[in-house]
Amino acid sequence: MALDQSFVGRTYPPTAAYEVGREKIREFAESLGDTNPVYTDPEAARALGYPDVIAPPTFIFTITFKAAGKQVVEDPQLGLDYSRVVHGDQRFEYTRPVRAGDHLSVTSIIDSIKSLAGNDILSVRGEVHDKAGDHVATSFTTLVARAADAEVEESR
Amino acid sequence: MTTAKISYDAVEVGTEVPMREFRVNRADLVRYAGASGDFNPIHWNEKFAKEVGLPDVIAHGAYTMAQAARVVTEWAGDPGALVEYGVRFTRPVVVPNDDKGALIEIGAKVTAKLDDEARTVRLDITATSAGQKVLGRARAVVRLV
Repeated sequence: MALDQSFVGRTYPPTAAYEVGREKIREFAESLGDTNPVYTDPEAARALGYPDVIAPPTFIFTITFKAAGKQVVEDPQLGLDYSRVVHGDQRFEYTRPVRAGDHLSVTSIIDSIKSLAGNDILSVRGEVHDKAGDHVATSFTTLVARAADAEVEESR
Repeated sequence: MTTAKISYDAVEVGTEVPMREFRVNRADLVRYAGASGDFNPIHWNEKFAKEVGLPDVIAHGAYTMAQAARVVTEWAGDPGALVEYGVRFTRPVVVPNDDKGALIEIGAKVTAKLDDEARTVRLDITATSAGQKVLGRARAVVRLV
């Protein structure tokens, strides 16, 4: 069933701040097997001009995805079937890297809703700001809820 | 303002970033699920993945995306030099339940020098697994010194 177009443009309230810790960044970098010291060693980060360790570029997705998941994907009014959701595409624009000590809040906005061959395609933008209200990054996420077999049959 | 170690002047359109190989197995996916908070069972539960029509457990798109970013950030010398980065997940990376897992091959090439003043370049990234392109329109914009 196609999603309700009237959700396009809906802006969800900013999330409670996510506090970025050094150990969380370390855990994330280790899960990728990425040993760049700028993720784990404050000295190495300072040598590049950062006040503390920074996070790998895609770390921000863990925060924006959580926001989109909790607010948009699980929005009962929207009615997306999470068990059929796959990540379609993902883009980031960075003002600066995420770093340890950041308190980040995400504002999720539904940019578009499309229906293609029974698949629901949902584009969600996540605007990430720090405690001072300065922009850190924007995440553009496209989620595809693949058609259930029965629905594909119906649409033929 | 932070900048990468590699010099804008030393880079030309066509400059290639050497191809890298990354191996991903089920344990890596479980670890990434924990670190990223994405516990969608399609990334760790074979039965569930097949029930929803996938060939097997698949890697998180963001996991593959992260490895592709790494090829660029290691080349640039500073992960914070990334200005923009985007990919399309064209095919899933299917991860079999053995110790070898799946192999992802990633390379990149400078396709444009965007702005002499901002010293930004665009790189097009290629990523394949099992002979199939797994990322489409994979592009990064990096600010160089």
